[in-house]
Amino acid sequence: MRMYYELAKRSFQQQFAYRAATLAGLFTNSVFGVLLSSVYLALFWDQPANASVGGFTAAQTVTYTWIGQALIMPVIFWGWFLITNTIRDGTVVMDMLKPMDFFLYWYSRDLGRGAAQIITRAIPTLTIGSILFDLVWPESWQRWAAFLISVPFAITVSFCLRFMFNLWGFWMLDHRGISSLIIVMTGVFSGHLLPVSWYPPWAQNLINVLPFRSMLMTPVELWLGQVSIAQGLGMQVFWSLVMIGCCYVLLHYAERKVVVQGG
Amino acid sequence: MSMISVRDLRKTFPIKRHRSGMKGSIASLFRPEYEGEFAAVKGISFEVARGEIVGYIGPNGAGKSTTIKMLTGILVPTSGDATVAGLVPWEKRKQLAQKIGVVFGQRTQLWWDLALIESLELLKHLYRVPEARFQENLATATELLGLGDFLQTPVRQLSLGQRMRGDLAASLLHDPEILYLDEPTIGLDIVAKAAIRDFLQTLNRERQTTVLLTTHDLDDIEQLCARIMVIDHGEVMFDGELNALKSRWGGRRQLIVDFASDPDADIGSISNGALEVTQIDGPRVTIAFDRDAISAPDVLGRAGAFGEVRDMSLQEPEIEDVIRRMYEGSVPIRT
Repeated sequence: MRMYYELAKRSFQQQFAYRAATLAGLFTNSVFGVLLSSVYLALFWDQPANASVGGFTAAQTVTYTWIGQALIMPVIFWGWFLITNTIRDGTVVMDMLKPMDFFLYWYSRDLGRGAAQIITRAIPTLTIGSILFDLVWPESWQRWAAFLISVPFAITVSFCLRFMFNLWGFWMLDHRGISSLIIVMTGVFSGHLLPVSWYPPWAQNLINVLPFRSMLMTPVELWLGQVSIAQGLGMQVFWSLVMIGCCYVLLHYAERKVVVQGG
Repeated sequence: MSMISVRDLRKTFPIKRHRSGMKGSIASLFRPEYEGEFAAVKGISFEVARGEIVGYIGPNGAGKSTTIKMLTGILVPTSGDATVAGLVPWEKRKQLAQKIGVVFGQRTQLWWDLALIESLELLKHLYRVPEARFQENLATATELLGLGDFLQTPVRQLSLGQRMRGDLAASLLHDPEILYLDEPTIGLDIVAKAAIRDFLQTLNRERQTTVLLTTHDLDDIEQLCARIMVIDHGEVMFDGELNALKSRWGGRRQLIVDFASDPDADIGSISNGALEVTQIDGPRVTIAFDRDAISAPDVLGRAGAFGEVRDMSLQEPEIEDVIRRMYEGSVPIRT
């Protein structure tokens, strides 16, 4: 286990190599946060203060927006092709020749990366949001704890999804098709585009049985008190385990493909 | 005891038929059609003893990488047997990983954004190298490869020669019994090449590390490898000592004779099956001859009949010529 901790640690350190990129990203997240918050506040204009849409008051919608912006980098809702790139340039062979578990190798790296992004991106983004707008805060320390615990699970579910569509590179040289499909699905189904409760009921029913909402909607609901802590975290744990299982099954076939047919 | 033992190892790949158009692409995705197969390695056999440095050479696409992949366990052969350090590679890949070191000259196992020492320490944990052993190996590598100047430098800022030395050090921290090197000196300057060759020789001498080296750099072979294996079209064309290769294939040595004045014009008439006048350039005459058929003094004696000899020099065949002739001839020979 020590080696996976060391992997995560180095991946964490690695994230601090590019300060300019961090600042630029922070600026982008904040601009989008302001933009989206302003649009939502305009929608609630003229409404009584306690009016809500799909269970979201104006202040809760703005809070949802800023959590979404804050978690973009820690969780990653779109394009991530590190493993695909190693398949293309052949580095994956070097990784397979090490006495380590290929899934845990990338998973620990991603957790390290995510932890660094919480510090460099999530906390500053939420801080900026709370200065510019009136955010709703978790109402108890249990809710705070539940939200904080939910973030690593959100990263886990996201990682598994990314891991699987990256492994696709073992079969298909061009990953752009499946990637753009996954990216659109993630944006819509995770609740990053709109809160899931704003969709028509049939779409909500579909989304509620898919893993994507664990990446953002569930953490938001835990923060806002829209779901019980047991149910929210329970769903995330369930999906994390299912997705990790799927990753190993796919990895088994991918490795067999490589060792039988060559890279 | 053999460190590497290979018997009738064979690997064929199916050749996929490319269908045209959108419909064809989709159909290929679900139901690929195959049009025959390509044999990358056609039943090769060889043994490598502990402590040998073997040059494994051949043109691009000869089957070198395919063989190495099978010997590291990331490719399963179509048929045949192999054991490496007592293990069947494709059955015990992760166990074998602990016993081998791999360097691909074109790729790196170092982390791009971190200082070199960080990558090395990570590998220490990955291979579970005891701290004392790690420090010892690091000190040796630092001294012999001159890593001291750039241990703290991020890998992305290293020159190619520095990165390559870093990669070599990285592959040896866990004391592998076997080292596979795939073009370790590609693109390096003379100083870096010399450092790497010295290091490999020291390692081999002191630790008895077995080295399998693929390269296109024939100086690597001349300086490092007592034994070479030439592979082409998936078959072993030659396996033996470098000198044997030279005499068997390049074969011909060259005697350059300088006469005091232009020799008789009919000096060309001494050419026969054993020797050949290849060039007449004023008083300088070049004669190529087969070392098994005629000795150098004999050649000189015959040439001496055509004028007064002032000076002469003897040239051994260049290994470049030898290899080129082998590839052109492409007739398998075993010793």
